[in-house]
Amino acid sequence: MADFTLPKNSTVKPGKTWPARAGAKRIKRVEVYRYDPESGENPRVDVFEIDLDRCAPMVLDALLLIKNEIDPTLAFRRSCREGVCGSCSMNIDGQNTLACTKAIDDCNEVIRIYPLPHLQVVKDLVPDMTHFYAQYASIKPWIVTQTPPPADRERLQSKEERSKLDGLVECILCACCSTSCPSYWWNGDRYLGPAVLLQSYRWIADSRDETTGERLDELEDPFKLYRCHTIMNCTDTCPKGLNPAKAIAEIKKLLVERQK
Amino acid sequence: MNYQTPLARARGLGSARQGSHDWWQQRVSAVALVPLSLWLAAYLAILPEATHAEVVRWISLPWNTILLLSFILLSLFHAMLGLQVVIEDYIHNDWMKILGMLGIKLITAFLALSTAFSVLRIVFVGVHG
Repeated sequence: MADFTLPKNSTVKPGKTWPARAGAKRIKRVEVYRYDPESGENPRVDVFEIDLDRCAPMVLDALLLIKNEIDPTLAFRRSCREGVCGSCSMNIDGQNTLACTKAIDDCNEVIRIYPLPHLQVVKDLVPDMTHFYAQYASIKPWIVTQTPPPADRERLQSKEERSKLDGLVECILCACCSTSCPSYWWNGDRYLGPAVLLQSYRWIADSRDETTGERLDELEDPFKLYRCHTIMNCTDTCPKGLNPAKAIAEIKKLLVERQK
Repeated sequence: MNYQTPLARARGLGSARQGSHDWWQQRVSAVALVPLSLWLAAYLAILPEATHAEVVRWISLPWNTILLLSFILLSLFHAMLGLQVVIEDYIHNDWMKILGMLGIKLITAFLALSTAFSVLRIVFVGVHG
């Protein structure tokens, strides 16, 4: 059966509180999930009171402030700090999003930060993305052709053909959508999840690719594709404003269409 | 120890190359059930005022018999597909899954046969026959 309750060693306990330094005027309370598998202890939630006058505007800035000035043991991923790399995806105020594009002003009175749901935690806010990336590799995310490229130019694509990839190529594989999907929680071992299915549709929709049929063959499976029940958490949570649910619906439409 | 690579694990046993048919049937039966359910709900609403003889006569009218049988068969077929999805979603133990799948098919088939039989008996034999 699906697990609906946390195992005993995953129950989250209250953790340390780090009060704001003296003289701070605009104090923001930030609660952060902490877990270190090597300690053998249960996960805990630490409370950091940060001085907003010393902090840049985004949630990622708050995390960097905490790591630099309060607790250097805090672990999280970050790189581009402008929403193009997808590293700092995490659950902020109950919604998966990118810490670098989420403004502190748009958060609740108390900011609650957890790792992406339902992935193994490596440490603190760092989840294990191995299976997610392996699923991405499994859909062969590259152009596959039989026809050799023209000798004197690149493979051509009209503006209309290229426009079919709009809303797909912008995906940064941050996994916010997949880890917000209950179907991915219960069956993530076999269900590909919204991010990988959107990426798969990106190649199905590409006019230059010559393996559309084979790609559809690979997806036609009760678990790989049809665990999607149009719950739409994916579209609701995507920090890039994309619509994975629509991409999945397009795949399902093509699978019906080719039987007519 | 499991030395399978992450890619081997992600690929698993590969694609079953089916599922579209069930998915499409579930959509079609859902759409067909919209007018059928509205039709049945409208008649069920006036049921408390009808006498026993009136209800029996109503069921025996050819159009009503056909629509009632359509509703029974379609709703149970739709329920079977839906419950199958619920089992696939939540039950991960192999033999419980197989038992659940077979159980649902048997139970819905039994319900379909017995309700269809009841309607046909009222129509062709009458309630006292």
